[in-house]
Amino acid sequence: MLTALILLPVAAAIVVALIPGRRREIHLPLGIALSVMPLALAGYLFWVFEPAAGFQYVVDVPWYEPWGIAWNLGVDGISLPMVVLTTLLVPIALAASTTITNRTKEFVMYTLLLEAGMIGAFLALDLFLFFVFFEAMLIPMYFIIGIWGTERRIYAAVKFFIYTAFGSALMLAAIIGLALTYASQEGSASFALSDLAGLDLSVGTERMFFAAFAIAFAIKVPLFPFHTWLPDAHVEAPTAGSVLLAAVLLKLGTYGLLRFNLSLFPDASVDAIPIMAILAVVGIIYGAVVAIVQPDLKKLVAYSSVSHLGFIVLGTFALTSGGLQGAVIQNVNHGLTTGALFLLVGMIYDRRHTKKIADFGGLQKTVPLLAGFFLFMTFASIGLPGLNGFVGEFLVLIGSYPALPSFTVIAALGVVLAAIYLLWAYERVFTGVPDKEENSVLSDLSGREIALLVPIAVLIVVIGLYPKLLLDKITPSTEAVLDRIVEQTDYTMPEPGRIGDVFVAGDE
Amino acid sequence: MVPVGWYMALAAALFLIGALGMLLRRNALVMFMCIELMLNAVNLTLISAGRAMNDLNGQVAVFFILVVAAAEVVVGLAIIVAIFRRRATASVDELSELRG
Amino acid sequence: MADFVWLVIALPLAGAVFLHFFGKYVKEPLSGWMASAAIGGAFVLAAIAAVPFIQGGGEPVTISLWEWMPAIGANFELLWDPLAALMALIVTGVGTLIHVFAIGYMHGDERFHRFFTNLNLFAASMLTLVLAGNYAMLFLGWELVGLCSYLLIGFWYTRTTASAAAKKAFIVNRIGDFGFMIGLMLVFTVFGTLSFAGIFERAGQELTSGMATAIGLLFLVGATGKSAQIPLYVWLPDAMEGPTPVSALIHAATMVTAGVYVIARSAPIYEFTPVASTVVASVGALTAIWAASIALAQRDIKKVLAYSTISQLGFMFLAIGARAYVAGVFHLMTHAFFKALLFLGAGSVIHAMSDEQDMHRMGGLMRKMPLTATTMAIGALALAGIPPLAGFWSKDEILAADFARGGWFYVLWIIGLVTALLTAFYIARLWVLVFYGEPRWQEDAHPHESPRVMTLPLIALAFLSVVGGLVNTPFRLGLEHFLEPSFEGVHIQEAPTDWLTLGILAALSILAAVVGVGAGVLAYRRPPERWRRFEESFEPLWGTWELAYGVDDLYGRTLVLPGRRLAEAAAFSVDAKGVDGAVNGVGRLVRGAGDWARPLQTGFVRNYGVLFLAGALVVVVWLVASG
Repeated sequence: MLTALILLPVAAAIVVALIPGRRREIHLPLGIALSVMPLALAGYLFWVFEPAAGFQYVVDVPWYEPWGIAWNLGVDGISLPMVVLTTLLVPIALAASTTITNRTKEFVMYTLLLEAGMIGAFLALDLFLFFVFFEAMLIPMYFIIGIWGTERRIYAAVKFFIYTAFGSALMLAAIIGLALTYASQEGSASFALSDLAGLDLSVGTERMFFAAFAIAFAIKVPLFPFHTWLPDAHVEAPTAGSVLLAAVLLKLGTYGLLRFNLSLFPDASVDAIPIMAILAVVGIIYGAVVAIVQPDLKKLVAYSSVSHLGFIVLGTFALTSGGLQGAVIQNVNHGLTTGALFLLVGMIYDRRHTKKIADFGGLQKTVPLLAGFFLFMTFASIGLPGLNGFVGEFLVLIGSYPALPSFTVIAALGVVLAAIYLLWAYERVFTGVPDKEENSVLSDLSGREIALLVPIAVLIVVIGLYPKLLLDKITPSTEAVLDRIVEQTDYTMPEPGRIGDVFVAGDE
Repeated sequence: MVPVGWYMALAAALFLIGALGMLLRRNALVMFMCIELMLNAVNLTLISAGRAMNDLNGQVAVFFILVVAAAEVVVGLAIIVAIFRRRATASVDELSELRG
Repeated sequence: MADFVWLVIALPLAGAVFLHFFGKYVKEPLSGWMASAAIGGAFVLAAIAAVPFIQGGGEPVTISLWEWMPAIGANFELLWDPLAALMALIVTGVGTLIHVFAIGYMHGDERFHRFFTNLNLFAASMLTLVLAGNYAMLFLGWELVGLCSYLLIGFWYTRTTASAAAKKAFIVNRIGDFGFMIGLMLVFTVFGTLSFAGIFERAGQELTSGMATAIGLLFLVGATGKSAQIPLYVWLPDAMEGPTPVSALIHAATMVTAGVYVIARSAPIYEFTPVASTVVASVGALTAIWAASIALAQRDIKKVLAYSTISQLGFMFLAIGARAYVAGVFHLMTHAFFKALLFLGAGSVIHAMSDEQDMHRMGGLMRKMPLTATTMAIGALALAGIPPLAGFWSKDEILAADFARGGWFYVLWIIGLVTALLTAFYIARLWVLVFYGEPRWQEDAHPHESPRVMTLPLIALAFLSVVGGLVNTPFRLGLEHFLEPSFEGVHIQEAPTDWLTLGILAALSILAAVVGVGAGVLAYRRPPERWRRFEESFEPLWGTWELAYGVDDLYGRTLVLPGRRLAEAAAFSVDAKGVDGAVNGVGRLVRGAGDWARPLQTGFVRNYGVLFLAGALVVVVWLVASG
């Protein structure tokens, strides 16, 4: 089933490729229709997924046996939500791309291939396979930014590519190093995560490998100071590119930290807590402060990502139940809210052909629906309770505090700053009287655009009010990660008070 | 039986001729033939050494080289012909487009 | 028994959801009536559920709804106890009256149904706050009321001042929330849960006094934001940009009391920290006199009431800080009655004067709108603390409790007494300026009495302002008994019990009220030139008060502007030039290295050949040499 999940988008891309180029009007609709199939499959996967620790639906087929490389896939509570999120956002991103008129066919193909790469990276349990998917994603994204972007697209695309490739090169070295160590210790080759996680590494080597992985993922997240590719890439990318970049690609960084760094290098992870926490907190505050004064709406949202992802990293390295659950759920939340915000910025751009905040004003008067959705997403992003952002942030903050008190307190400032930069931007764009003539003749959201936003909005409310839906599936896996770390290192998890004994749902 | 040293000497001579031709001539075709000469010099070395040491690997390597050389000739000649068609010259000194 | 209290939240929420999606198909007054019916229904339900408590036999119950974030002990659960019941009754009761009033006030607004959507949503949020069974859910309501406040202050979004005020309110509140959240983190660290039941049961075993103080002070930070206390009160006067019913409901009667409620709710924690309690009381006293002095000199009728609200909230803090929780909650209740009345009366006046808010341009309105004038007079006297109106009882109880506490609280008691005097003065000034004397309004103003839909709520609130105080008098401590189950195990500061002290204290506070009202009336019943001169005789103090001590300016210069500078420096210097510059610098470095190495590629095959040969020779020589 997991193999099918990866191959479906590839097959879809091939189908789109077979349609002759002159039938350009059917490429996009076909792509959207085909991309619903992986979504359906992912939805089914979510449905049948048992809330338990360990990987499910594991596929393990040898690929290049002498080196122990295998087509090894599996899904657990950490990757499951991300897969669903990916498959959900691809059709939405495609459907939001009706303004792309040149080379539609390639665009649809690249997006579908990107989807395959992203799903593959989330499902891969073989480090080599993971690396292949991790790299394979770069190429479609590079073209999406480079071909369909705005003015400085080449600069942005090259920067994005080189930056990420630099990180992956380090990671590749570490992966090979791990595999060689395994081969010398066990006498047989393997790249499987489960094999490599059990390795006996000297402190120095473990730290070195940890650093290589961490830098690769830190670039992807991106953590300060590796973040500058992000605003450029976001600003230049087309809407679909921005949505997928923010919603899914960045998550590979946080996902990677959680999946690979924590399980491969438990000792080094525990030792690195202060460093990672500092980077996370600096990212939260710095991203937020920088976002405040951005003159470009898209750049503002991009910097808000830097800030929000800091919370995820903080939660990850707090190594507590609440922190990890919050981190995983925040992965999803950020994908939904920021994805939606980029969609909305794209919709504004389609109408006004500008993203400069100063060019707007009083849009609520002319496009009340758009304004309403924007405000909704803004509050979801600020972390208003009842919406999804709060669940993640609150879990991260409350959960991290017992482990990392001072960092968490500073991180909480990010919540205040988020209100400042987003509400100030909202005020400048939407409120007041539309004094510029261009702003007073805009058309409000079309039915298609509403149809794109509504599913996201519904999910935001559902996760906000009933996160049990996700948490039930996530928790066994995050607990397993914690258990392993507690088992393998001398780390002791802070145990605040007695947890959860006060309330049991449904007992009256 | 001819001592293996003779073969080696012949191969060395052939290789030297090829190398010098490669450096001194400027006609692409001639240079190409010089390369072939060098390759065959190496082939000769391998075969004779293999024979002397009673090892089949020498011949295996030669077959390998022959095949690669054949392929290389095809591509190389095609390129030279294509260049000749465009430029009406086969002098390599005039082909310095790749200067950094 | 009280399982259905979730309906109290669900009804207005359903109203909000319905009006949000279908409101535009519902004709104008009907949508308002539907919203009013939703919250009115909630009132009825709350009243039914509260019956056991009123009869004196009810036990607090926790009602679990569904799981939310079990890892941090935060779930959807409600706590139904007398305190929650009282708050719910205030919110729904006063809320219903204000909803009805708004039907008249918002008449003709093009986003009429949207207004009631938000109002209903607010009611649901506020009820969530007061009925919450744990801190996470309380925080949910806490933030949602902030959202509604944001939406309603900025309701007339085309006014840039309104949007700015809305944003300011939300952000200033967020600063308070920052403290509150850290407090929650501490609570979770200590108790491992956020549930009230779990926390209050074990407060005695788990809390050290240092920890209790830290939590108490952090909660206070949150409360200063929401309840507009020093130093975070600056958003409330600006919040008057919202429609007047909003000011009445959110910024006088209910939302701003959330801070008081939270501290009262957390009484078992404050139990272990006299320090934090004293700070609470001191902040309250300081705010009370600070805001009252500003209220003296305001010209805008709503600004007077806004600063008055801040000042009265200070009184509530003064009470709960002195551990006179019942007195604090009592004042919260009476204040909800008479301040909502005053705001609605002001709304009625503003409505009649076609959106004029400057009291210098009013006067003599008594003849034009007698009903508004009378009801507002009742509200004003209740606020001033004239017996036997509601305000007297609660205010007197607060002052008496502070006096009884002694020590530092004597100082606070004196501050409270002076504030009471100022309060009486400024409210008398307001009433006289608006309703008495010669008309000073513009030619084109045609003041008229408001329609029945607006005056009926005024009458109802006036009635409550008269009798509301009788639920808890020294002669019959009804409210105290009612609230007992909520403050079990908490020491409550009582007012003195001997009748002599009580009598002297009451006499003093009556004196303050009478002197204040008398002075206000005497000063402002004169012609305008005279009272203008009277105000000028207080210069430069009067000007400072009128400018609210210039605090907004100060914050702007010391916090907002440097903050923006810092952000600009970070964004345009550090980020663009520093961090990104370094990245691009690396790029340039690689490029430069490439440039340097370029000449190696001459493009001449011969050169390559020579190099190749040379390389081969080196290898051969090395092989031969190494043997």
